[in-house]
Amino acid sequence: MITRALLTDDRTGKWFLAIVLGLAVVVPLLHLAMPPSSPFHISTATMALLGKYLCFALLALSLDLVWGYCGILSLGHGAFFALGGYAMGMYLMRQIGTRGVYAHPVLPDFMVFLNWKELPWYWYGFENAWFAFLMVMAVPGLLAFVFGWFAFRSRVTGVYLSIITQALTYALMLAFFRNDMGFGGNNGLTDFKDILGFPVQANTTRAALFAVSALALVLGYLVARAIVASRLGKVLVSIRDAESRTRFLGYRVEHYKTFVFTVSAIMAGIAGALYVPQVGIINPSEFTPANSIEVVIWVAVGGRGTLAGAALGAVLVNFAKTTFTTGFLAPYWLFMLGALFVLVTIWLPKGILGTLYDFWARRRPNEEPDAKPASVPQPAE
Amino acid sequence: MTTLVPADAPAPLTPSLLYLDGVTVSFDGFRALNELSLQIAPGEMRAIIGPNGAGKTTMMDVITGKTRPDTGEVLFDRGVDLTRLDEAAIANLGIGRKFQKPTVFESHTVEDNILLALKGDRRARAVLTARTSDQETRRLDEILEIAGLTAQRHRLAGLLSHGQKQWLEIGMLLAQDPKLLLVDEPVAGMTDAETEATAALLKRISAADHSVVVVEHDMAFVRALGVKVTCLHEGSVLAEGAIDTVSENPRVIEVYLGR
Repeated sequence: MITRALLTDDRTGKWFLAIVLGLAVVVPLLHLAMPPSSPFHISTATMALLGKYLCFALLALSLDLVWGYCGILSLGHGAFFALGGYAMGMYLMRQIGTRGVYAHPVLPDFMVFLNWKELPWYWYGFENAWFAFLMVMAVPGLLAFVFGWFAFRSRVTGVYLSIITQALTYALMLAFFRNDMGFGGNNGLTDFKDILGFPVQANTTRAALFAVSALALVLGYLVARAIVASRLGKVLVSIRDAESRTRFLGYRVEHYKTFVFTVSAIMAGIAGALYVPQVGIINPSEFTPANSIEVVIWVAVGGRGTLAGAALGAVLVNFAKTTFTTGFLAPYWLFMLGALFVLVTIWLPKGILGTLYDFWARRRPNEEPDAKPASVPQPAE
Repeated sequence: MTTLVPADAPAPLTPSLLYLDGVTVSFDGFRALNELSLQIAPGEMRAIIGPNGAGKTTMMDVITGKTRPDTGEVLFDRGVDLTRLDEAAIANLGIGRKFQKPTVFESHTVEDNILLALKGDRRARAVLTARTSDQETRRLDEILEIAGLTAQRHRLAGLLSHGQKQWLEIGMLLAQDPKLLLVDEPVAGMTDAETEATAALLKRISAADHSVVVVEHDMAFVRALGVKVTCLHEGSVLAEGAIDTVSENPRVIEVYLGR
């Protein structure tokens, strides 16, 4: 019911949700029900790849919420994604039990290898799924809250904020590379066996993970849409366009920014958590600053401030990445990505969906009611 | 000689709505405000004139919490110390501000601009679940009418003409229902007809028991307002009084009006 209320003015949203929900049903079905010989069969690899795209789409959506609507250009969203991923990874590590190489009942292999005698305190509780899943949201959320609280209260904005978010993910990367941090050093966490008692590698489990990723994307979209469609969403856009004006109207800008930044980080964390069991590994390279910058490109390509566009951009750019990094063009992928960003900025500054919206708006000029064009000079831009 | 600031400025307990006493602000040694003292009575409209760099905008920054004064007192509405509060808190106390350059939310509709400015709970949790009430709708219609923007209500604010943006911003101030409005150069870049309409609008607002402080360079406009005038120079009050007395003051002519 609430969903229907949310989507009344959101035709793109309806399409978007229909497609994602369709994928959630069709892809696992074609994977499980069709024999591998059938042309309609979707292979394990393809489904894993599509599942990965969906996680990236959720990550892009979370960035669009802060960047597209509130003007916070976070160049460190990969950090929240990776933290969610690590929380999930820790749960999966604890599920291995005695099946590890060293067969230690409690300690993951890398800890035995490092001669550790007992589990560090921050690994406590991760054997419980509910606790781990809570941490998937709580850790990125809390970090974003504390970071946002200080950064936004000190009125760090624009490029300075972008730089410190970049520093945040870089610092985390360096920290997670260290073996004595207790997160597996540069190897990260891998060799997962079970999730909720089901074998991670099993086709049915993979199909379920895919469907859950699609549902998470749907849910993420609905949450983001509920936020931007509310009056708070209008305040966010006001902050983006004229921050000090918003302040002088009596809105405490830092609270709004912290709120949306935290929600966004939680979304990114969930995306990371769903990504890890599907790719089978999480390591510190997920914190690489370049990863976070790539997310910005996805959003820019799809159209910032459009939500569905961000998800579309994530899928398209990653599809291109998969295509071009496997063939003879592989060495040039980064050049292509860079060129894509430059070209989109110049020719499609509103991204794919933003440009489409403009096009539709121009075809239906009567959408603007009772305007008096004669008395209005050119829009100042 | 016109009335200069009385040497024995009354104590803060007088019924002034805004009370500035000995306010000094320096930027890197430059004294933008120098022992500025000023009082605005409830319901009063005051015009502030003065040459560039006289400290008009800095004064507004101090009152609205954007700039902290080095020394001096800034009291509002029976002794609330504004120097300890931030912009949002001061705005919620009932001080609205219009910027020199019209600043509206360009990607919102005219209606939404007013809606966001309407007096109400500004806390994020309340705003997240806020629904537009009938009372808000009525107020919205009323303000659109006063600002002459009813026909434009569904247009994006970014598409308005310069004059319309100024009115929209004044309308937003009105929506805030502040006790005190600070209006910085409301008619800069306006046509004569628009200037007249703006003067009428401001008078109407002031008549509705809002105190209004207008900073303006346009002397014709100041004359049209017909209110008490304060001339600032080098961060303090040079002259204060009726427009005719102030504009005949030799010091005012020397530093501001020209011969």
